[in-house]
Amino acid sequence: MQIEFEMTDDILIANLDGELDHHTSAVIREEIDKTVDAFHSKHLVFNFEKVTFMDSSGIGVVMGRYNKITQLGGKLIITGCNEYIDRILDMAGIYTIATRLGSVAESIELIESEYNKEEADGDNE
Amino acid sequence: MNNKLEKDSVLNRMKLEFLNKSENESFARVAVAAFVAPLDPTVEELTEIKTAVSEAVSNAIIHAYDDQKEGIVTLECTVDQERRLIISVIDNGVGIADITKAREPLYTTMPGEERSGMGFTVMESFMDKLEVDSTPGEGTRITMIKNLDMAYEF
Repeated sequence: MQIEFEMTDDILIANLDGELDHHTSAVIREEIDKTVDAFHSKHLVFNFEKVTFMDSSGIGVVMGRYNKITQLGGKLIITGCNEYIDRILDMAGIYTIATRLGSVAESIELIESEYNKEEADGDNE
Repeated sequence: MNNKLEKDSVLNRMKLEFLNKSENESFARVAVAAFVAPLDPTVEELTEIKTAVSEAVSNAIIHAYDDQKEGIVTLECTVDQERRLIISVIDNGVGIADITKAREPLYTTMPGEERSGMGFTVMESFMDKLEVDSTPGEGTRITMIKNLDMAYEF
């Protein structure tokens, strides 16, 4: 499994590529945490578009990152899942805590609109 | 559960043994996928089988043997004339004290390590039948059955 990162302001996009299982999840988890810390990211977008296989280890990876991002006051979005990955994440109730969207572009748009709105609201006070 | 097959109804059978190393999780699921390939399973069936195997083998690798301790995981597969696939994942590890509890969704013995506790739930959901036999101190045998859809005949 490979991981590539993209950054848009304080949004970190993690593009996963390959098979996510117990073996590969250790490195993925570490890489994401390291990158979030190094770039002071606030929000995280998981892009599963190129993930060809995932078992329940992926649930732990998403849950752990959700806890981290929530502590940072940010938002976690999941995008690009095929139906099998969706089923596994849904089974664990991941979508009751994280948002699922169709694309990375939509994810960035949502975060920017929600958080820019908050900032604008804050300015009015 | 009656897993004993009539000798003449067995179409094919295989058995693999490997060390409890996490890199063998992908080896195990790919091996099972290659084993069932001649039956022409659907993409959906294949994905479900691979996922269930990955869960069972990961469980054996994570839980059966203490860290640093080398152990053997055995994988057995049988397919019969009725297109029934029977997969067993066997270890000689610590065993499961409370099987009912272990099978509950979200239950994990390792909450600090980001384990979801969804392994058995995924196996149950992706396969047609799941049986867990375990004796503390002796080991665990997971048996999963999947009935493959009939292949189209030309």
